[in-house]
Amino acid sequence: MPVIDRHKADKAGDALFKGVSYFFALLVIVLMALIFVVLFKESLLSIRAFGFKFIYTSVWDPVAGEFGALPAIWGTIVSSIIAIVIAVPVSLGIAIFLTEMAPKSLKGPIGTAIELLASIPSIIYGMWGLFIFAPLLSEYVEPYMVEYLGFIPFFNGAPLGIGMLPAGFILAIMIIPFISSVSRDIFQMVPPILKESGYGVGATRWEVIRKVVLPYTRSGIIGAVILGLGRALGETMAVTFLIGNSHRISIALLDPATSISATLANEFTEAVEDLYLSSLVELGLILFVITFIVLALAKLLIGRFSYKGGNL
Amino acid sequence: MTDKIKIKDLNFHYGAKQALKNINLSVKEKEITALIGPSGCGKTTFLRCLNRMHDLYPGNRYEGEIIIDGKNILEKGLDLIKLRSRVGMVFQKPTPFPMSMFENVAFGVKLMGIRKKKEISERVEKALRDSALWDEIKDRLHEPALSLSGGQQQRLCIARAVAVEPEVILMDEPCSALDPVATAKIEDLMTDLKKYYTVVIVTHNMQQAARVSEYTGFFMLGEVVEFDFTRKIFTAPANKLTEDYITGRFG
Repeated sequence: MPVIDRHKADKAGDALFKGVSYFFALLVIVLMALIFVVLFKESLLSIRAFGFKFIYTSVWDPVAGEFGALPAIWGTIVSSIIAIVIAVPVSLGIAIFLTEMAPKSLKGPIGTAIELLASIPSIIYGMWGLFIFAPLLSEYVEPYMVEYLGFIPFFNGAPLGIGMLPAGFILAIMIIPFISSVSRDIFQMVPPILKESGYGVGATRWEVIRKVVLPYTRSGIIGAVILGLGRALGETMAVTFLIGNSHRISIALLDPATSISATLANEFTEAVEDLYLSSLVELGLILFVITFIVLALAKLLIGRFSYKGGNL
Repeated sequence: MTDKIKIKDLNFHYGAKQALKNINLSVKEKEITALIGPSGCGKTTFLRCLNRMHDLYPGNRYEGEIIIDGKNILEKGLDLIKLRSRVGMVFQKPTPFPMSMFENVAFGVKLMGIRKKKEISERVEKALRDSALWDEIKDRLHEPALSLSGGQQQRLCIARAVAVEPEVILMDEPCSALDPVATAKIEDLMTDLKKYYTVVIVTHNMQQAARVSEYTGFFMLGEVVEFDFTRKIFTAPANKLTEDYITGRFG
């Protein structure tokens, strides 16, 4: 009986598989590097023209050929911070409700609804924001905000319904599904006997959540928040609809502002001069770097706060 | 010896599945009562009835009475938070919280509403001494509890349960994740604890039951087959099933 030597063929297949996997994995890094290189190359003109001044000056005048990115950077960061400040407590509340309190008959439907919210295209949020949300804000919310909270500089400005704060609101609504569904998955990983230990010494549900569940899941929750922040920083269409697209820095959050991605979306088609185009690309490069830094920080924080040891 | 806990005709259901059938037994005050039996026999389920841990999950149902100090704890509207601070629990794996050793032991104390720093640290020290852990960790109380070894973590969890000064301590296979040396320490500790507390322990380890307990209950298929003095169960069991189990003929 002839013995078929499959061994050699298996080895070759294995090597091939390994090679293919390597190739795809490395492709990610290569793509990253290429994007960075292209952005850098295309923005060279603007970098040579303005140097570091590009980052800290705030004049954006395409006619005069003067470009300073500070208002766009400011808008990107501030609108994202507003979104995080609103979205984190809401999302954690949703996630805690779903994992610790909701009866089975509610868990499924609410969980699915949240995941569906995440799948709505951002342009729809933008349209809803511009046509429904903004008029409501300018009619019923912002005038009162200015009247009663206007002594705090943040809550001042033109009650137009579009501006930094409305953009932050809409961003918050958009990232809530992300943060809450990731946090829910993290809360579900807390070992039941750890929670029971809390109840076992006479803790209430709230005390178990605050003193056992939240500390135990801290690093995961930070990761979820950063994921939301990453999305908020780069979000384009909804912000473009609502932020007002004005290259001004105002401490009053009701005033119109702009963000990097909104500037890009609005102005790319108009940019005919090389320097203008190059400045826009440099804005893109800056957004790339900001996002990179945020994610790197997240990795660091997660390492610092992770639950060390303990095999529950 | 007086009865600390009296269980009368206790039936327990996980949804449609009956897990305990007509349990009748008494737990004596300031003694160690061991519960043994094959896996799935209901001993842990029974233990978790005593502090109503089952109430955390929907669909569970009790029938009958569990009387602690003359009061039926299965009554509707009972304050579960208060019950659980009177009936503490230690689990089959160490469950330190992600905080310092001191904070772990102080956890329940603070929940009781004790705010004075001095009183809290006194109670923490006493609990740690009672749990034979004080000398080992007194110099590093503020390091994370997770830096302790498994056996020390488990004694820390016992200290955490003891710190709220409960009347009863339930232990659910407290040594199943520990090595023999750590197990011996916990067993010594149990014998110390019974001076002040009524202890009910579930164990897979029959030698352990024989070594530490005064009374033993043998569970099978959700029923108590035999309940008696430990020395009687292990030397002259009345029931053939008990004898088969402790001699290792099945299990």
